[in-house]
Parts: sequence; structure tokens; C-alpha cells
Amino acid sequence: MNLMMLLEMAVGGFGDRVAFGPADGGLTVGELYKRAGAAAVHFRRADVEHVAMVDVTSIALPISLFGAAWAGLPFVPVNYRLPDEELHSLLDRVAPAVAVVEPSAASRADGREGITVLLRPDFLEQVVGSQGSEADWVMDGEETAVLLFTSGTTGEPKAAVLRHRHLVSYILGSVEFMGAGEDEAALVSVPPYHVAGIAAILSNVYAGRRVVQLPTFEPGAWVGLVRSESVTSAMVVPTMLTRIVDYLAAEEPDGPGLPTLRSLSYGGGKMPQPTIERALELFPTTRFVNAYGLTETSSTVALLGPDEHREAVTAADSAIRRRLSSVGRPLPTVEVSIRDDGTELPPGRPGEIWVRGDQVSGEYRGLAARLTEEGWFPTHDGGWLDDDGYLFVTGRIDDVIVKGGQNISPGDIEEVLLGHPAVADTAAIGLPDEQWGERIVAVVVLHTGATATSEDLKEAVRAELRSNRTPDHVAFVDELPYSETGKLLRRVLRDDLAHLGDGSTPRAGGSEQQ
Amino acid sequence: MAQLKPGSRWTSSVCDTEVIVVKGPPDEVELTCGGVTMVAAGEEPAAGALDDSASEGTLLGKRYVDDGDTMEVLCTKPGTGSLGADGASLQLKEAKPLPASD
Repeated sequence: MNLMMLLEMAVGGFGDRVAFGPADGGLTVGELYKRAGAAAVHFRRADVEHVAMVDVTSIALPISLFGAAWAGLPFVPVNYRLPDEELHSLLDRVAPAVAVVEPSAASRADGREGITVLLRPDFLEQVVGSQGSEADWVMDGEETAVLLFTSGTTGEPKAAVLRHRHLVSYILGSVEFMGAGEDEAALVSVPPYHVAGIAAILSNVYAGRRVVQLPTFEPGAWVGLVRSESVTSAMVVPTMLTRIVDYLAAEEPDGPGLPTLRSLSYGGGKMPQPTIERALELFPTTRFVNAYGLTETSSTVALLGPDEHREAVTAADSAIRRRLSSVGRPLPTVEVSIRDDGTELPPGRPGEIWVRGDQVSGEYRGLAARLTEEGWFPTHDGGWLDDDGYLFVTGRIDDVIVKGGQNISPGDIEEVLLGHPAVADTAAIGLPDEQWGERIVAVVVLHTGATATSEDLKEAVRAELRSNRTPDHVAFVDELPYSETGKLLRRVLRDDLAHLGDGSTPRAGGSEQQ
Repeated sequence: MAQLKPGSRWTSSVCDTEVIVVKGPPDEVELTCGGVTMVAAGEEPAAGALDDSASEGTLLGKRYVDDGDTMEVLCTKPGTGSLGADGASLQLKEAKPLPASD
């Protein structure tokens, strides 16, 4: 197995279809294949061990992703927004490497030992019309296809290893070959260093769906592209959807809307339920998909489909309505099990989410394999299954607040607070407390013009949850810190609000959700 | 007879068909295309000629399964022969597409 098998099939099936860019004049599947071949020649000549990318999403992404697969080199997209020191440290770890770099980042990547900088415009010029390689990629699925650096809270970022067999299994298991109509177009606004940014390239090429790329997310530009490119599907992270919903809500009530958008998928973090309910109202004909996955699982492992969304939002039964905040059911090719110290728990009981399947890697370069002997990957995410197999994700296990020896899931508190009409966004965190181990601090962003006191919000939680879940403090802030890909940065919050703890030693932190 | 391991690739001896094994059967089977044994990718074709009774052809990107649903192969290159296992023809598997999530 090699990623190139997917592209070669696409060439055989629909080589003339536009794969990337505008419907008129975009890059066809056949042209992508030729340029990937030319890129492979360049990469091999450079005599390196990796192909890195320090760039926003652009046409250079599919060319270098497939070109690296063709050349037999791991592709390593890194976050171009990292501070210099961190960027340098990651580049040093993949040297010797060719790095495809956006021009404005050139000075930051230049001069690192073993890094050959290839400016994106030069790279794109070199792969046009130059002699391609023979179809001589290695069909060994064990070869590493992609390395993705995960954001740890302590120490060096870990490099998640996705082998060709993981990514190809994911695509074969979840995407129908040429399943897209010729008029379909997907809008991709997640960056290349996010697993969904890689998966979007592979799944849309294999489905035959044209991809429109938005290099830097901004709600007006996103809406504009949906309209000008007649986009039919898109994937967004929760923070993006919140901003899109706000943007559209501010337009004229009889405005153009987004009539071409048939399908909208969201994932990469917890979606506030009010946002998804507003989105369902604003896009009455759009089919919503909630996807759950991790870098280490080659993207999606569970999803809540369109019909399940509409059914949940109109259901009288509260158990069915609640599924709107689930991530749906596992893909047919993936198993999910809820564990407590390795012992499987029955439905309804919260524990750690374990997943198993051919697409699951759970492997980091230079570290012992995280998979169990039976092939299960302990995700470090907490969650539970309902009686019908719907999966509810409560958050990173490392984010669990331990107060008085009791494990308290921040998600439970956040869900109650988000139901309060004055609350726009919130995060519950644990801060050091000599007596209790940790105290609960609810960090709250109020809607513009809305008011609520600490006592109001504590009371709201007290009314819904057991008394040990009541926040000890409520801290009001203007906004919560999110990463560019929509992950709440709890570590930043804990640092910023450290003064609300009592100064005793905090317990060791863990990693963050991908 | 051969053990069809998931991820292994097989080439027709009588046409352009190539398949990749998605789900391997528990036991060894005789995988055929056009009525003639398929060989592991890269190996010399087996002797034989396309059997007219197995000449409906294969379709690119389609999946084929046996009656007992013990095995599944994906066609990565189409050809004029049709697929069989231990003498029984493989059937085109109806797709149940998942909604796009990336």
C-alpha cells in the first residue's frame, strides 16, 4: 500500500476532473499526478530523509504530499506559526530535509543545518513541465507516509507516525471511490499540520471531489468562497463554526444564505451545543456531520450523521436529544471500547476511550508503541457509550479535576454553564489547593451586554450537578485562549489564572487533545 | 491456492485487472480472474486464457465479495476478466457510503 495507489486510481477513473482550485482552470487529477512525479524527482535528488512543509494550505500541499510518497520519504508539515525557537527545534529533528516554505517564513527556516529551503513559488514552478519519475513508488505499507507533531504541554512535541497502511486503510474504509458527483466541491480551511488537513486531501482526491483551499480562515472569506466556488461540503473546527454562524446571523435576513452547501462536517474539539443548534437553524437544508478522531487514528473514528442530527434536534426523548452532543457511532471499520485500567465498562459508565482498527497507529517516533498487545489504542480521552452505541467524549483525561479525591469532568460543568443564557463560552479548570488537592475554577465569557454574577453561575451548576461539582471560583474573561485549529489551551488558562490557586504544587500535566 | 493477506495485491494473468485485498478469508483460496489464477503483483502471469464464462469485466474502485462475505477485494485497475474464488464468482458489493467528514 502507498498513498500513490489512491492517486493512481483517481487518474485511471477521472484524470480530467479538477482536483484543486477553481472549476475553470484548476489543477486536474492527471496534472496533480504529473507534478507529484516531478516533485519526487526533486526530492530524491536532494538526498534527504524527510520532506517538510512550513506553509499554509495551498496547491503545494497535495503536490508535495504525493511527491514525498512517490519518492519514499515521510512528509512532515509543521506549524508555520510556531515561535522561531520551536520551529527550529522541529526542523532540526527532521534534518536532513527539503522544506517547502511560504516566502514570508523563508528567513526563519533558512540557514538550519541539513534543511534545504524550497520557496513555494519556486517549487510550484519546478514541478510544471519538468520530467516526472517512473511509477516506481514502493508499495510497502510499513513505510512512514506522514509525521505530525502533536502539541504536548511538557517537553518536546511527540512525532506521531502515520504509515501508508494506516492512511490507505482509512480512505478505503471510509470513502467510496469516485463517490462524488462532478459538481461537488469541498472547502478546506484547516492547515496542513492538522491530521484533518491531510485526510481532506486524500479523501477528496479518492472521491473525485474538487478541493477549494482557504489559506487563512476568516469567516467573511469562508462564506465568500462557498458562494463564489459553489462549495457543496466543508469541514470546520468548532471555533470556525461559531464565527461563521455569527457572521451569517449579522447578514440581511433575506440574504443569499449558503444554498450550495449540502454538507458541513465539524470536529477537532467540543462544539458548544448552542452553536450547533443555531447552525441547524441557519442552514436548514445543510446536512451536518460531527466527526471525532485523533492524529494517532488517521483522522475520523466515529461520526454523527446528518439524519441523526435532525432526529436528535427534534426528538421529544431526552436521551435521543442528547445525542446532539455525542460524536455518533464508530466507523464500521473501527471498534471503540470504554475502559477503566484496561477493564471494559458497560454502557453509561465513563472511562477512557480505547480504539482499534487498521487506520489506528498510536505510534510515536522514538517511543515505545502505545498500542496494547490486542491492538487497542488508549486515547487519553474520557468518554462513555449510550445503550445504542453513541459515543460521548468528555475531554482529555489529563484535564480531569481531582478535588477531594473525586474525579470531576470539566465537560459536565461546562455543559451546564453553556446552557445559561448569559454564557457565551466557558472552561472549567482545576487549580492547586492545599486542602482539596484542586479547586474548581469556572472561566466564563459572557455574551455582549449580558450579565450574571458568580453566585448566579454557581447556583446554575448546583441545580444540575452533585454539590462537589460547584465551582469554587468564577473568573470572568473577555475570551478563552484557543489554538489556530480550535483547541482550547487549558494549560494557558491554568498559567494565566495561577493566582486563583493557593500556590501549592500543581500535579503533573499531560497532553492535549489533537 | 494462496493466503490472501489484507493489503496484498494480485494481478490478473489474462487481462489488466489488479486488486488489493481489503478483507482476507481465514483459509487459503484460489483467486481467479477470467477463470485463470491471479498472481501476486510483480510475478509472472500464470498460463491460461480468458474464459468466456468469466469475462464480464472488473470496475475500477469497486469492491467484490464472496457469497459468505468472508473476503473482500478492491479493484485498483480494471480489466476484461471477472473475479472468482475457489470456482465461485465474486459479487459486486453495494456501497453504503459514509458522509464525508474531512
